[in-house]
Amino acid sequence: MTGQEYAFIVLAAVGSLSAIATVTARNVVHAALYLVVTLSSVGAVYLLLGAEFVAWVQILIYVGAIVILFLFGLMLTKAPIGRDSLDNQHPWVGGVVGFGVFAGLAWLIQDAFPFADSVASPGFRGSTQAVGQAIFHSYVLPFEAVSFLLLAALIGAVVLARKDDEP
Amino acid sequence: MIRLPMILFFSAFLFSAGVYGVLVRRNAVMILMAIELMLNAVNVNLVGFSASLRAMSGQVFALFIIAVAAAEVGIGLAIVILLFRNRESINIDEASQLKW
Repeated sequence: MTGQEYAFIVLAAVGSLSAIATVTARNVVHAALYLVVTLSSVGAVYLLLGAEFVAWVQILIYVGAIVILFLFGLMLTKAPIGRDSLDNQHPWVGGVVGFGVFAGLAWLIQDAFPFADSVASPGFRGSTQAVGQAIFHSYVLPFEAVSFLLLAALIGAVVLARKDDEP
Repeated sequence: MIRLPMILFFSAFLFSAGVYGVLVRRNAVMILMAIELMLNAVNVNLVGFSASLRAMSGQVFALFIIAVAAAEVGIGLAIVILLFRNRESINIDEASQLKW
């Protein structure tokens, strides 16, 4: 076990606990704040993995923009407080399916990547320069497609949320 | 350097929490939050494999998924606000007009 692995375990524990809190919180604003903790710890995991550009994009886009959008959505729709009104009537179905998904994935992971065989390879540092070169050298067409998708989503969101004045 | 199975287990846990949230919640905004959890789990996988295989493609696709998630949240919240304006409620089990 290296120091990085201990740091990863701490971050993964914080992220997992706040993910559980996100999906079980009774207060919608508290759920959004727990989501901030989860997203931040995922960003810290990216930093540990040497993906610094993805880490800062995660903090900027997710914590900075998407959670703020969620809070706006919550305040514009005045959601009720309390578990009965937030959750549906059969939470155990979701529990069984969620646990089943985790058990299946865990079995597949330990089958495909046995923990005993895995070696801690030396560190990898994906610098911002390397990310930029990969995007604009090998992935220009997907990049343009994503920018077009963002434009379409922008126009779509404006058209959907606009008030129709005319009858 | 972190061993790959630990990253994959963390990602699987985040994904399962997202699945639970999507199935259990009634509030549409909370469902969108759970979807964000699942997308983050996918990104953790991609970045973990990128570090493990020492290739940049994983990080590039993680960035693309972040962009798509931002677009998805924008459209999703627009739909939620439209739903609230029309029905005074964003409980998705009340929006069953198209069901049968």
